[in-house]
Amino acid sequence: MSILINKNTRVITQGITGKTGRFHTQTSRDYANGRSCYVAGVNPKKAGQDFEGIPIYGTVVEAKQQTGATVSVVYVPPVGAAAAILEAVEAELELVICITEGIPVKDMIELRYSMRNMNSRTLLLGPNCPGVITPDELKIGIMPGHIHRKGRIGVVSRSGTLTYEAVAQLTELGLGQSTAVGIGGDPVNGLKHIDVLKLFNEDPETDAVVMIGEIGGTDEEAAAVWVKEHMSKPVVGFIAGVTAPAGKRMGHAGAIISGGQGTADEKLRIMDASGISVTRDPSKMGSLLKSVL
Amino acid sequence: MKIHEYQAKEILRAYGVKTPKGVPCFSVDEAEEAARKLGGDVWVVKAQIHAGGRGKGGGVKVVKSFDEVRAVSSSILGMQLVTHQTGSTGQLVKRLMVEEGAAIEKELYVGMVVDRSTQTICLMASSEGGMDIEEVAASTPEKIHKIFIDPKQGLDRIASIQLNKKIGLPQQALEKGADLFEGLYQAFVDTDASLAEINPMILTVDGDILALDAKMNFDTNALFRQPKILDMRDLDEEDPAEIEASKFDLSYISLDGDIGCLVNGAGLAMATMDVIKLFGGEPANFLDVGGGATTEKVTEAFKIMLSNPKLKAILVNIFGGIMQCDVIATGVVEAAKQVDLTVPLVVRMKGTNEDLGKQILRESGLPIISSDTMADAAQQVVEAARGGQ
Repeated sequence: MSILINKNTRVITQGITGKTGRFHTQTSRDYANGRSCYVAGVNPKKAGQDFEGIPIYGTVVEAKQQTGATVSVVYVPPVGAAAAILEAVEAELELVICITEGIPVKDMIELRYSMRNMNSRTLLLGPNCPGVITPDELKIGIMPGHIHRKGRIGVVSRSGTLTYEAVAQLTELGLGQSTAVGIGGDPVNGLKHIDVLKLFNEDPETDAVVMIGEIGGTDEEAAAVWVKEHMSKPVVGFIAGVTAPAGKRMGHAGAIISGGQGTADEKLRIMDASGISVTRDPSKMGSLLKSVL
Repeated sequence: MKIHEYQAKEILRAYGVKTPKGVPCFSVDEAEEAARKLGGDVWVVKAQIHAGGRGKGGGVKVVKSFDEVRAVSSSILGMQLVTHQTGSTGQLVKRLMVEEGAAIEKELYVGMVVDRSTQTICLMASSEGGMDIEEVAASTPEKIHKIFIDPKQGLDRIASIQLNKKIGLPQQALEKGADLFEGLYQAFVDTDASLAEINPMILTVDGDILALDAKMNFDTNALFRQPKILDMRDLDEEDPAEIEASKFDLSYISLDGDIGCLVNGAGLAMATMDVIKLFGGEPANFLDVGGGATTEKVTEAFKIMLSNPKLKAILVNIFGGIMQCDVIATGVVEAAKQVDLTVPLVVRMKGTNEDLGKQILRESGLPIISSDTMADAAQQVVEAARGGQ
């Protein structure tokens, strides 16, 4: 098993005809069961056409009805990305994964309110995230598939390349991954560390979790408090940005220390106090995980 | 993106928020002319820089004659204003605002931010105006009151009036206080602000409610649809290295150390800085070359890092995912040839086409120190930086 996606997941790609969408749809389809999982694309102007054999529909609803897909991945540019997510939410998909970077925060606030007002059951991953991969089954997103191995370690992270770093360390130590989830670097997003940890806790095929955070916000703290109370599996953690100065946005829109909140030291302190094994050396994420098994 | 106080007040006035009358000035003559035009017999001369804490740093002075306007303006214009937000070198003052004096009855605080945990806009107000709000939050959190705003409903009038009562406005000023909150909220939403602060918001002896100071920051993701805000950008207030980097779509931030780092991905870039520090070094910068680094981008990144006179060594840390290590290696070799590489260079590459990348570095004949892990690379670069001393 795994969390969020597996080889039976059927995926709609929103923004399949753009440059980014085309490239990542190709590489994702070439990975494991991608060929049977990527069943539809959406572009209102190109309905009826296809992208390398993947049929394009005018709307998400139509794509869902025609293919039975339950998950969508969004590569739509920032200006229309929130509307694209909302369309997938209104089509009552189970999971929407938004890769797009640079969506205005106001658009995300309005989207999250709409989802709440609708009592939507759709899960949102991202935006500004690398996506999710269940090794040897299905890759949805922009991560390099070949560094992953099938296994029993869960990975959840706010960052892209730092996640790949952790995955590569695990793979080198012979520790495969059940699922690796990138929740993204934006301040207003969908699934948070705590949500993904809950899923890993319930997944019988995940034995332990690597949790990677960064400066900004208090999501890691909230997750740590939950772990202390409820998590039955070992969790190890790393927080990027110990050296980051306050008030400066470190690349990700969400990676900023403001109002004295969101420092790496504070996050590490609370995680440590919650029974999460933490390291300050990012090259030790894999070996630390191995030591707690 | 940040703007000046006088610009924030301009925006707020368009939304019905009252402020004292003020004029932005670039010279002593302009300052005197502004005071004459404003009339009255008390003015405030305020340094316009993007950092907070200007008053404590000596950048805000009350004056009572035209001679004094000239004297104070001349001392503030051109000064290196040091505040808790500028760093030790301070910020050069190139603009002033001359404002009419205000007769203050009461000083209050109101601010607005995006609250991450509730995923909405939060209005915060306090009776403790004129103070550092972070200090108030730390010492007397019960004096900060909040309203979380549903973007579909807007700011609730009744909640707004009640909040004004809580922070100590008298009955007859409650409607005016709520008007100011309403204007602030509309301005915040319409301009895609990420932070707006009026500190202090004042009750005058005449019973008026004014914004005596104003600060606004904006969501850079939304600037594409805020041309008027973008026009307010003052490049003099920004780090030249950061401006240069942004032209090449590089995310760069200057830091105080002497080890440059070039990394792909924001999280990995922060982690690289952290590991340098862990092994006793100090990073000179944060630099994320992003997902689609070309030879040109890598070359520019090297130029920007090398323009820092403090630089003693460079660490390149690349995780090749979609980006291939051989492409980066070629870029690094090209860049090292084009710029005069005067400091030791440590390169750590991992991922797609890693071996090919390492081979390119080896065969370049350049004195590049190659490394396999982040920890080893950090140790090597810290050592190299020390050797250069």
